[in-house]
Amino acid sequence: MPPSFLLRSRNVKSKTCATLDAAVDSIPDGARIMFGGFGGSGFPNNLIQALVRRGTKELTAISNNCGTRDGELSPLFKNGQIRHVIAAFPGPHSFAFQERYAAGEVTIELVPQGILCERMRAAAAGLLGFYTTVGVATEVAAGKEERVIHGQRCILEMPIHADFAFIKADKSDGLGNLTYRLAARNFNPIMAMAAAITIAEVEEVVPVGAIDPEVVVTPAIFVHRVVVAKGIHYV
Amino acid sequence: MSEKVRLTREQIAARAALELPDGAFVNLGWGIPNLIADHLPVGITVYFHSENGILGMGRRAKPGEEDLDLVDAMKVPVTLIPGASFFHQADAHLMTRGGHLDVAVLGAFQVSERGDLANWKVPGAKGAGAIGGAMDIAAGTKRVIVCMEHTTRDGQPKIVRECTYPLTCLACVDTIVTDLAVLDVTERGLLLRDLAPGWSAAEIQQLTGAPLNF
Repeated sequence: MPPSFLLRSRNVKSKTCATLDAAVDSIPDGARIMFGGFGGSGFPNNLIQALVRRGTKELTAISNNCGTRDGELSPLFKNGQIRHVIAAFPGPHSFAFQERYAAGEVTIELVPQGILCERMRAAAAGLLGFYTTVGVATEVAAGKEERVIHGQRCILEMPIHADFAFIKADKSDGLGNLTYRLAARNFNPIMAMAAAITIAEVEEVVPVGAIDPEVVVTPAIFVHRVVVAKGIHYV
Repeated sequence: MSEKVRLTREQIAARAALELPDGAFVNLGWGIPNLIADHLPVGITVYFHSENGILGMGRRAKPGEEDLDLVDAMKVPVTLIPGASFFHQADAHLMTRGGHLDVAVLGAFQVSERGDLANWKVPGAKGAGAIGGAMDIAAGTKRVIVCMEHTTRDGQPKIVRECTYPLTCLACVDTIVTDLAVLDVTERGLLLRDLAPGWSAAEIQQLTGAPLNF
């Protein structure tokens, strides 16, 4: 018996947005947004461009890197929409970010890449923090509680929450179950779990039941809006 | 006695490749380590790990076969070998931090005699800096090998008593492969295990900022 009551309560029909602009139309100034992607792959570039059109300001961006030449987060930095960024690797071609950073218009918290993942996963999992040996005695440890557990120095890391996650997946069904393509998966499933509202741009939406439950990577419970757009790679 | 030369970057990579056991799960960092995949000894299979969620990377993609969703951590299109798998970035770093990888080979600005690693930032550098996955990989991998030139361009030792560059991780390096020598970090200090052709232990000691055991 399909859970029709669940379908109603989850308001499935409204999950699929007709346009990219509709998918981002409720995002307020000051929002904290996670952006998936790594190495030019798995970036929600269509959603980012929709956010540029919307002009939302004072954003905190959480992403592995800080844009590349004309793509990924760079248009948001160019447009002065991001005030603070939490990232692991701004990247050699993050010129728009570097310019804003040098001008003092953007601040950054640099986080080791795996700790960035784990802090988001802590948020997703309802954990209030964790201790790690990563970053002990480095600049990353500044201001953090340090203690010794089982003879090892470690520091306390806190969860990273977000209001929204912009992610790139390959396929979605009508319920929001997602699959990814090759290494385009990267940060996307973690961010989908960590944010209050997850918006996925996908290549294709298929009927509910058309994705084998064995291959679903992000279960629909984590996905709130889906929009179809042809993916863009910036090399 | 053979002529005294410094190994090229490719030769450093080839020497480091000899340290990788058959069947190992291995992460390669930026710089010289990234050349290692092209210098594996014949008959050795290594499952290369990438932070974006790949185990079992093969050679770089040839022109025409590139897929922009199949790239390594340096954004280079790659291929897969049989037995490869995909996973998300949190699991990729669970593998690094959790001690699941057998070996990581990283570049470095400095390594101390206790195996402290400095490889993410030059002192006084402008800009925001960039950590990437280095701190997670260095902290958790079972065996960390550093590949680098033995000295800086102006002849200063990169192997030192105390790192003066910003630290990546304390006491994480197990082996250092340079253009002059192979050294192991031991409880008794640095052990000189191998020499480039034509060099003497005394000459290596002169170019090293910490005492060596032979």
